[in-house]
Amino acid sequence: MLELTKAQMLQAYRSMRTIRFFEDLLAREAAKAPMPGVLHLYCGEEASAVGVCMLLDERDRIYSTHRPHGHCIARGLDLKAMMLELYAKQGGLCSGKGGSMHLADPDRGLMGANGIVGGGMPLVNGAALAAQRLGTGGVAVGFVGDGGSNQGQFLEALNFASVFKLPSIFVIEDNGYAETTASCWSCAGDHVKRAEGFGMPGRRVGGADFFEVYDAAGEAVARARAGGGPSLLHLTDFERFYPHEQGISDAMRPPEHLRWIKENRDPLNLFICRVTTSGQLKQGELSAIDKEVAALVEGVLAEAKEAPDISAENLLTDVYVSY
Amino acid sequence: MATADSSINYNTVSKRPPGKSRISIRMALNEALAQEMRRDSRIIILGEDIAGGMGAAGEQDTWGGPLGVTKGLLPEFGRERVIDTPLQESAIIGAACGAASNGLRPVAELMFINFIGVCMDQLLNQVSKFRYMFGGKVTTPVTIRTVYGAGLRVAAQHSNSYYSLVTHLPGLKVVMPSNAYDAKGLLIASIRDDDPVIFCEHLALYDDECEVPEEPYVVPLGEANLTREGRDVTIVALGRMVKFANAAADKLETDGIRCTVVDPRTLSPLDEDTIIEAVEETGRLVVVDEATPRCSMATDISALAASRAFGALKAPISMVTAPHTPVPFAPALEDAYLPSPEKIEKAVRDVMVYRR
Repeated sequence: MLELTKAQMLQAYRSMRTIRFFEDLLAREAAKAPMPGVLHLYCGEEASAVGVCMLLDERDRIYSTHRPHGHCIARGLDLKAMMLELYAKQGGLCSGKGGSMHLADPDRGLMGANGIVGGGMPLVNGAALAAQRLGTGGVAVGFVGDGGSNQGQFLEALNFASVFKLPSIFVIEDNGYAETTASCWSCAGDHVKRAEGFGMPGRRVGGADFFEVYDAAGEAVARARAGGGPSLLHLTDFERFYPHEQGISDAMRPPEHLRWIKENRDPLNLFICRVTTSGQLKQGELSAIDKEVAALVEGVLAEAKEAPDISAENLLTDVYVSY
Repeated sequence: MATADSSINYNTVSKRPPGKSRISIRMALNEALAQEMRRDSRIIILGEDIAGGMGAAGEQDTWGGPLGVTKGLLPEFGRERVIDTPLQESAIIGAACGAASNGLRPVAELMFINFIGVCMDQLLNQVSKFRYMFGGKVTTPVTIRTVYGAGLRVAAQHSNSYYSLVTHLPGLKVVMPSNAYDAKGLLIASIRDDDPVIFCEHLALYDDECEVPEEPYVVPLGEANLTREGRDVTIVALGRMVKFANAAADKLETDGIRCTVVDPRTLSPLDEDTIIEAVEETGRLVVVDEATPRCSMATDISALAASRAFGALKAPISMVTAPHTPVPFAPALEDAYLPSPEKIEKAVRDVMVYRR
């Protein structure tokens, strides 16, 4: 088991709490007044983004999904720029060209959320190939859902990564459902065996447990940095707390099942229980972080609401570098 | 006449023999790649069988690409930079695009443009949109070389002219040389460009030769070339059709009909001004495009002329294209499918005699 310092544990908690607070607030705001576009919320999956991204540094790249807020926050993207983008305001992270599903910040190693399930997976190998050829020691992580895990592009990417022993790490966030379709029905066979079939180690991981994710990702990152090639992590036994997207039916999950998930598979509760029971962190330290995070996110929201809208003159910029 | 080339020349040496000034498109492309790879160590090339023999017990660099374009690059640059891949186009094109936004300048080979279906998401939803949808934060200097075109009897799944599919996508540049001089200069320009470029090479043109300087040079993207100038009819021709248009123009000149032939050289950016100026000079336009006719470069260029040079037109715009069918196999069928110098000549004569 990888050891974590107290500062790292506080950082992990802060990051997970920020995701939770940011998204719960978005959900409340979106219910009050419509926001532009769609919101795919990540709550319930915080241990995945944070458990993996805690191990990464400036050499590393990640490719996210259509449910990207957690990955963005875990990689330290600017919350205000994210919020401005979600509200289509000036100063938004992608100048109003992206929205929730296309958040990106290469300076933080986040090479793009992706509206196409599985679409980022071949790109992960490109970042890994560049790291390998340039000798940076960097790794590339691709997050993908259980839906994306069945895409041909993903399966091609697994083969390609293995053939070239790339420092690629594929993280399947199997949150139980591709939109409304249950992953236990839609994913034939077994993800760990799929990985083995492509000649790379695969590991099944309890996705709600930060420490378990951190440990498994640590092994994969170390292996990739050492030139040992790609790995696959199958994060399972956790679910998103919100519907596939805000405002859409979530009725494929019986209400009592969702209640059970929230009571028993909440990554934040599991983390708090673990670190306070063991005496590693005190409840007071965590509560102080809660207050700071709430103030920060609420402040960012207020600024975003006040900010001017994106102006139409941005329409024609950034299609090409030069044309 | 349309199909004078009837076989694929597999066993070629791509390197220019010493002192030879006229070289083929194949050699020109090979020389451009080698010179650019010497200049910039960030350039890698990857694709299926681009060297050949990877993982096998026998000869390496056995093909140098299916058309011999990359022959000899493996011995000089090694497997670190000349990367034979498995046969999986999404993985190849995706890896090239991902590497391009992370510090390399890859040149990927998509063996035939027909295989674009396998990797279309990487072009359609990924690389073409990175710069825009990420608010200008991502730069993707990737060149994707691919082969298009009919005439070699390889039928429906290896012969299409799908360049209009990629020209439709904002964020991509599309380049289509018609001769060896342009092939070298345009490929160097494409590799040095910071946007994703689809570089289209005609299957039947690889052995076409012309004078090509040995030193590296750039033919800028977005500048059309007038291969001849005449006062009667403007022919805009694409890729291999430039050769056919010039053959037709030679014939017509003996009857006193003088043509301007415009080779756009790049479809995106398209040198609209040069096309419009040529149409305004002659008042008559024939567009020659090997692709099928609907939603094509032919219709696009015709619409451009109709909207920007309407007042100058003395006759309806004429389009010489393939019919709206897949590419057939049998020589008699494929010859009938393709535009030819004869068909171009007839189209020119028709616009010349048009009276309101």
